[in-house]
Amino acid sequence: MSGKITNIACPSPMLQHKTVQLGHGSGGRLSAELVEKLFLPYFGNEILDKLDDQAILQPPPGKLAFTTDSFVVDPIFFPGGNIGDLAVNGTVNDICMSGAKPYYISVSFIIEEGFSFEDLHRILSAMKQAADIAGVSVVTGDTKVVNKGCCDGIFINTSGIGIVGEGINISAANLQVGDHIILSGSVGDHGMAIMTSRQNLSFKTEIRSDTAALNGMVAKILQDSNHVHAMRDPTRGGVAATLNEWAKSSQVGIEIAEDTLPVNVPVRSACELLGIDPLYVANEGKLVAAVAAEAAPEVIKSMRQTETGKNAVLIGKVVDDHPGIVAIKTGLGTNRILDMPIGEQLPRIC
Amino acid sequence: MKYLDEYRDAATLKKILAALEKIVTRPWVIMEVCGGQTHAIVRSGIDQVLPDGIELVHGPGCPVCVTPIQTIDMALAIASRPEVIFCSFGDMLRVPGSEKDLFAVKSEGGDVRMVYSPLEAVELARKNPDREVVFFAIGFETTAPGNALAILQAAREGLRNFSVLASHVLVPPALKTLLASPENRVNGYLAAGHVCTVMGLKEYYDIAREFKVPIVAAGLEPVDLLEGIYMVVKQLEEGTNEVANQYSRSVRRAGNEHAQKAMFQVFEIDDQQWRGIGMLPKSGLAINKEYAAFDAQRKFPVGNHHAEESEKCVSGLVLQGLLKPFECEAFGRECVPERPLGATMVSSEGACAAYFKYHRMTEAKQ
Repeated sequence: MSGKITNIACPSPMLQHKTVQLGHGSGGRLSAELVEKLFLPYFGNEILDKLDDQAILQPPPGKLAFTTDSFVVDPIFFPGGNIGDLAVNGTVNDICMSGAKPYYISVSFIIEEGFSFEDLHRILSAMKQAADIAGVSVVTGDTKVVNKGCCDGIFINTSGIGIVGEGINISAANLQVGDHIILSGSVGDHGMAIMTSRQNLSFKTEIRSDTAALNGMVAKILQDSNHVHAMRDPTRGGVAATLNEWAKSSQVGIEIAEDTLPVNVPVRSACELLGIDPLYVANEGKLVAAVAAEAAPEVIKSMRQTETGKNAVLIGKVVDDHPGIVAIKTGLGTNRILDMPIGEQLPRIC
Repeated sequence: MKYLDEYRDAATLKKILAALEKIVTRPWVIMEVCGGQTHAIVRSGIDQVLPDGIELVHGPGCPVCVTPIQTIDMALAIASRPEVIFCSFGDMLRVPGSEKDLFAVKSEGGDVRMVYSPLEAVELARKNPDREVVFFAIGFETTAPGNALAILQAAREGLRNFSVLASHVLVPPALKTLLASPENRVNGYLAAGHVCTVMGLKEYYDIAREFKVPIVAAGLEPVDLLEGIYMVVKQLEEGTNEVANQYSRSVRRAGNEHAQKAMFQVFEIDDQQWRGIGMLPKSGLAINKEYAAFDAQRKFPVGNHHAEESEKCVSGLVLQGLLKPFECEAFGRECVPERPLGATMVSSEGACAAYFKYHRMTEAKQ
């Protein structure tokens, strides 16, 4: 079919245009061509290839985990990834933090007219690679093209479905006094990669986003231990937001030791310069887990056997003191509150 | 990390603390002048481990906190103008004026941009010749040289679409006011290390002599601060009133003369209103006549605003070290960081914000 289109009198506009046109989202011939020439070569599988308005799925046994997320990151391309792999990994991670195995995702694009096909190819290529690594299939999708100025280049929404296996019960409300808190690696890499790659910073860094699918690590943890009470990928709001949500949901106190928190040197330097606490900075390839104390060593061992969890460390524990509050134990032995982030982190004046 | 880890090292802190305990024989009140120092003290827990009787009170050195509400209202009015690109440091965006903050102006369509340096604003003016670029220049002697540099750069390039809304304050006049107050109970001072890096130590000799207080220029890391406290207490115990320099890796006696030169090329000393404290003579910097073309107050006459401060906010007393944040009735109740009554609850250098952020647990136990 694609051969026919390129042979008709009016040559394929996709070949003619270097950028996305309003017509590519019109639902007409240009839209069809976008799907067939661009999306199917990247994402094609027997469900998507049918090009029906919906995907018909035969789920494996177990409970469904269903999630959705929108991605509007600026800049679209950043050290360590782009909006495409971020959108796939983000949804895969949201599914698997319940202990579910992710199977299917949907992809929906909102594209500003004039967006370059070259950039779109880079994004789709990153999405394809991320989906392959995570072992998920793109089974349905949508594209809208909006007038210039109505969106910032490209926005992507992904939704996903996974299956929670028998006997798995992981939730923010399940923390128990005595649990240990484990972090899979360094904090703050994604957020600082984004912040320092924005145009108006006068210094350059080598910070790369940590965007990665975590379902492999989650599967390994759950295969080796059934004492995991809560798991979360600490994205917006960072580790601080995750721990605060847990402390409130489970009505327990959490105590973190200041000197155990892993922060890469370039991230720490940039945070110090800007007056930002890395515990509030977004991560896109990290996992925090609350596990029964006796199971903590084996969970850390399991995590360290995976690429995404090779720097896993114990960072704190759940206590019966100060329910709903997260505290950091300082080097001087005093406690200070690690509060919920209020809004955007704002660099200080001097 | 070099220049960081050694100044946050718990073993070093404990060593200084042990030495401090040995020399203390009676109660002393010490003020750290700078809000950045307050945050470092509260964050590291220094205030909780000091020997009994040594009390820290928090000073007025929070640039965001002391910026008058009238100036913020003026900033909001200028930022709302369609031809203006209004540039500010991030910390200033959430500070409440009479009715709203700069974030609110932005959401209403104002072109408000967060910048990391005043020179970025100059660059914006260069790139947008058909727009008026205004930079909100607030702060102490630390930010004034950079802001002066931006004006000098714009003047060199002949950028007529660049201007600065300046509200600069100076530390020594504020210190003198606090010392002269009959309510003052502070025995010794930690001067702001970064201000001294620019201005040097010369301004403090007369103050130490006149008011008979030891003044120690201290850095902003926990070891700096505890060492600074030790140096103040040692003088108090020995009965001396000297100006001393704890922050010698950054502060020279004469300060940074290049920075001072740029500052006084563009600014002149003027009377200045301090939010929560009042009008202090010769305590601020205003743009001088030669560079008046870059003064946003002259360029955008937005009139005199009647500014409403919250009646419940006692941030002026907090800024003068006369009240601890949790002694305020509104603290943590009507006044929280997402709905602040005063600037001390917003700024990353405000004492109320420091107590709210790190210390609510301690107060609950007190």
